[in-house]
Amino acid sequence: MNAADDAVPPLPGAAVEIARVVRAFPTLLRIGVAEVVAYRAEFLVWILTTNMPLVMLALWHAVAADGPVGRFDQTQFTAYYLGVLAVRLATSNWMAWQMSMEIRDGTLSTKLLRPIHPLFGYAADHLSAIPMRVLVVSPIVVALFVTSWSRLLRHDAHLTLILIASLVGAWLLVFFSMVLLGSIAFFVDSAMGPFELWIGVHAIFSGYLIPLEILGRVRVLADVLPFRFMLAFPVETLVGLLSPGDALRQLAAQWLYVILTGWLSLRVWRAGVRRYSAFGG
Amino acid sequence: MPSALQAPLGFATRYAGLFRVQMRMAMLAAMQYRVDFIVRGLIAFLWSALTLIPLLVVFGVRQQVAGWSFAEALVVVAWFMLLRAVLEGAVSPSLTAVVEHVRKGTLDFVLLKPADAQFLVSTAKFEPWRVVDIGGALILFGYAFGMMHRLPSIAQVVTGLVFLALAVLILYSIWILVVSAAFWVVKVDNLSYLFGSLFDVGRWPIDVLRGVWGGTLRLVFTFVFPVALMTTYPALALLGRLDAKTAALALGGGILFAVIARRVWRRALAMYTSASS
Repeated sequence: MNAADDAVPPLPGAAVEIARVVRAFPTLLRIGVAEVVAYRAEFLVWILTTNMPLVMLALWHAVAADGPVGRFDQTQFTAYYLGVLAVRLATSNWMAWQMSMEIRDGTLSTKLLRPIHPLFGYAADHLSAIPMRVLVVSPIVVALFVTSWSRLLRHDAHLTLILIASLVGAWLLVFFSMVLLGSIAFFVDSAMGPFELWIGVHAIFSGYLIPLEILGRVRVLADVLPFRFMLAFPVETLVGLLSPGDALRQLAAQWLYVILTGWLSLRVWRAGVRRYSAFGG
Repeated sequence: MPSALQAPLGFATRYAGLFRVQMRMAMLAAMQYRVDFIVRGLIAFLWSALTLIPLLVVFGVRQQVAGWSFAEALVVVAWFMLLRAVLEGAVSPSLTAVVEHVRKGTLDFVLLKPADAQFLVSTAKFEPWRVVDIGGALILFGYAFGMMHRLPSIAQVVTGLVFLALAVLILYSIWILVVSAAFWVVKVDNLSYLFGSLFDVGRWPIDVLRGVWGGTLRLVFTFVFPVALMTTYPALALLGRLDAKTAALALGGGILFAVIARRVWRRALAMYTSASS
């Protein structure tokens, strides 16, 4: 490889690029919404796949029937798992799966030809699913309000703001991790193996299966890995398990991870696309 | 040999031969990518370890959950691991390929072959690295019974094995039903994930669900999507806690499932319109 290959291809200027994205985005979102509506069966199946929190809730209810576990009594478990369900449904993203398919069968080529970065296209795909997701999440949020109103956000305005920022951060963090995982498909035959492993590790260390507080010895690891910032952190803020001070510190850590993952995923993506073009199709 | 017997015997040997050939092809295909093979094996191992964490946490805070001790729950997890190895090693890879065939219209090539299409598609692909999971499951069985300071009797082991066969049959039948859905709605690649997530319930003894909605959820997972039949009942059999009547009913239910699945598959195949139309 010579120096020319390493050089980034000339950009049309950042301002022009951004203006173009801004102009195209509403249309991309409209297409995305239409797609979600067209493939509503597929969408619904993805949503139904998120059923584990309910099983875990049933399990912990049986466990907590004879006394609380740490800070968690039965009602706290209910609040926690409803929160997990809501945050997960709002921020989850299975793009690595889609990317891996598109890279393998070459569909990505058409996306690369468009005068807009494919990652914006992917982002639009998933942002446009948000209206449908809100529809699905709202009954859960209602249930959360009814069962746990007294705990929610500790009725604190600062925590409300932190929650919103943390949800945006969680969405971005999941999005960039998916780009990173999906980009593996550029280098190996299929990114499905790493993706499956990611799902497993994420389930444990994000607080999806078990509240991190009661995870025991593995907790130390959970606190430093990025997974908690994808799910547990917004959920804990939502159900009032974090004080405003702690929440603010964690928000900083979350956004640090967002920037780090964003930078890394873009680098890997770029290296991958360069390889991909080398196949000639 | 009377000809009445010769036909089914010839049929059986023909399909046994076919099975061997299909198996060899699948193995060769899997061994071809050696790095992938090793990586997949490692991933399977890690997954098994992850399966245990929730169980360890729950039994870290309580001696008993819903009437199950840690060792007994471990037997359920071992069954779960064993079946997941079967599901992900032998059942789902082939059947995921069918969905792809239906979407692209390449199922034509399978249908043209002079053998039963369901047999051909069901034995097309294997993932040998799942053997790791089977090893893990056996170790868990050993460890669990070691903790209980006893061994299952011969009768209990036999019932357990019968239930294993039954569980595989049910698992396979449900998968056939899922795949048949592809003939109607085409875009069902992700149904396998839904299936997997529902199957995940099987890592817990079904009794943990007894408090939910007055036991409705427990009924759903026993009769509609019978995960309980696949993991909890075999575990009960091995622990000697299953009575004969329940066992007989479970067996009957499993066979009924298989018959229904076969019929639905035939129906679905009749719907298939191939690539050109």
